[in-house]
Amino acid sequence: MPLRAKVASSVSRTAAALSRAAGRGDGSVIGGWIGLKIDPDLLAHLSAGRAIALVSGTNGKTTTTRLTAAAVGVLGRVATNSFGANMPTGHTSALAKAGSTPYAVLEVDEHYLAQVLEATEPHVVALLNLSRDQLDRAKEVAMMAQLWRAALVRHTDVRVVANADDPMVVWAATPPADPARGINPPHVTWFSAGQRWHDDSWVCPECGSTIQRNGDQWWCTGCALRRPDPQWVVEDEGVLDPTGAWHKVSLQLPGKVNVGNAATALAVAAEFGVRPVDAVSRLGIVTSVAGRYAQVDKDGRNIRLLLAKNPASWLEAFDMADDAPTLLSINARDPDGLDTSWLFDVDFAPLRGRQVLITGDRAYDLAVRLDVNDVPFQHVRTFEDAIRSVPPGRLEVIANYTAFQDIRAELDRVN
Amino acid sequence: MSTESLRIVWIYPDLLSTYGDRGNALILARRARQRGMPVEVMEVRSDQRLPATADIYLVGGGEDGPQALGAQRLIADGGLHRAVAQGSVVFGVCAGYQLLGMSFFAKGVQCRGLELLDLQSDRGPSRAVGELAGEIDPRLGLPALTGFENHGGRTHLGPEVSPLARVSAGVGNDGSTEGAWRGKLLGTYSHGPALARNPALADLLLRWATGAHQLPPLDDTWSDRLRSERRAAVAAARA
Repeated sequence: MPLRAKVASSVSRTAAALSRAAGRGDGSVIGGWIGLKIDPDLLAHLSAGRAIALVSGTNGKTTTTRLTAAAVGVLGRVATNSFGANMPTGHTSALAKAGSTPYAVLEVDEHYLAQVLEATEPHVVALLNLSRDQLDRAKEVAMMAQLWRAALVRHTDVRVVANADDPMVVWAATPPADPARGINPPHVTWFSAGQRWHDDSWVCPECGSTIQRNGDQWWCTGCALRRPDPQWVVEDEGVLDPTGAWHKVSLQLPGKVNVGNAATALAVAAEFGVRPVDAVSRLGIVTSVAGRYAQVDKDGRNIRLLLAKNPASWLEAFDMADDAPTLLSINARDPDGLDTSWLFDVDFAPLRGRQVLITGDRAYDLAVRLDVNDVPFQHVRTFEDAIRSVPPGRLEVIANYTAFQDIRAELDRVN
Repeated sequence: MSTESLRIVWIYPDLLSTYGDRGNALILARRARQRGMPVEVMEVRSDQRLPATADIYLVGGGEDGPQALGAQRLIADGGLHRAVAQGSVVFGVCAGYQLLGMSFFAKGVQCRGLELLDLQSDRGPSRAVGELAGEIDPRLGLPALTGFENHGGRTHLGPEVSPLARVSAGVGNDGSTEGAWRGKLLGTYSHGPALARNPALADLLLRWATGAHQLPPLDDTWSDRLRSERRAAVAAARA
């Protein structure tokens, strides 16, 4: 590593430690920010010599990154940004902090994938899904898919692990070959992890025709785009690998969506030569991810925290939650997106019959939504009030980003 | 009304549904049912023919590509024009509002609109994102409009339409007026589930569709609280 990079890396670690000591967060952003000021190429320098996997998509990337790091850990030490700091500053900080490691697994915000591909020259990139998320500032779905595709054309030597169930991802992962310019499509391994949310992929990104679905299958009615045959498939409580062997997946994380994330993690690890039979048991040691799925006992209530940031992840959260009293908390601060319109893209009917409490800055938006949805609810001002309003036993908490952080702070629990 | 039940058509949810647009269909249906009206909601996808005999048509928001495609297919289909000629109600939101006009811009190209409202849309200097509020045309007898807007367009009204509202916060058409209406056609930049914050506007559409001069009042506790909270937030942001 050049001297400048060494200095930058060291200062970055110090800044992160200072930030933590001052109680100003976990330091995973500030450290990287300072390091990149000293050496703009620091991320590339820190990446050199490591075998790197990038994990990107709208949903599930933090959890999948954590599971992938656990799986790749079979081979040796793995650097990872497991606090969800998923932009280049977070990557820089994570790699600087980890020191020299043979492997790194990095969660990447979908908007930064092109930039991070460029800087880190990864061995493999995992593309999970693309759906609507914070539309007041995020790129619209088709535009995001286009950016991914353009980035992959420039890195056709990277191995891609991609979701066969998401038409937007399939299209992004299969840029056309251009042999005249020496461009060949990247090598793609497909996984199928199931997908509940379909409302962002009715229109073909290639030709604009309607996409038809039948069971797991989907195909464009106007061009050749269709679901590729997946090599890794979720089946029952386990994963079928490309050889046809089935591996039982026993996770401490709830929901079918996390079995899908586990399948993705095994597929990514396999690109490094990890056999699924060696990695699958390591996935069970992951208990919570940046506070998500954490369980906290307080006043006789067993409180479980589920993060749901956009329509697709709300559907998954309802699948994970037990039939128990449920607190929903909604904010619309900058990190959440300022627009609450998406509440009407979520069908809250699965909550009928449960005791439902609502809170958060934007509880009234949620109240109107639940009213229209015929889901009875009670509005509470504080998290304390919510706990007092439910009987002892399980309380499921489903919250969007800053609402989730507020409740975590209130429970005084840092993962 | 055309038949025994109130028929609501949500036009092209596969193309024009970006911001919880489903909400408007759900809200209209619920408010009608609460008044004892039987309701039928039809979701008509862009590869299906549009029925010309429904009472209320909803056109939602969308990205540039789907907006242009939606307009092309609606022009080719002709069902919405026949419905309007028979006196149906049309409610357009954001991209759905623009495409009811004479022309609009998508992906840098001027596209032909449905020519149902005398207005033209082009690109503004910046994207309008944030709270939108305004006093509604007094002839409609409605309380203030409140909503959220997110669009890059600016809309210029011709003499045959009236502005829906005078802007007090946000941009709307051009920073001065917001939305437009003529007869039983109404469009707004208040995007997505615009009716969630404006139940009186939902009732106006139901009155237009049914011919009722009045509808029995409903319990709007939660939307009233939401409206005052948003009004306070807009005032606080300005202070």
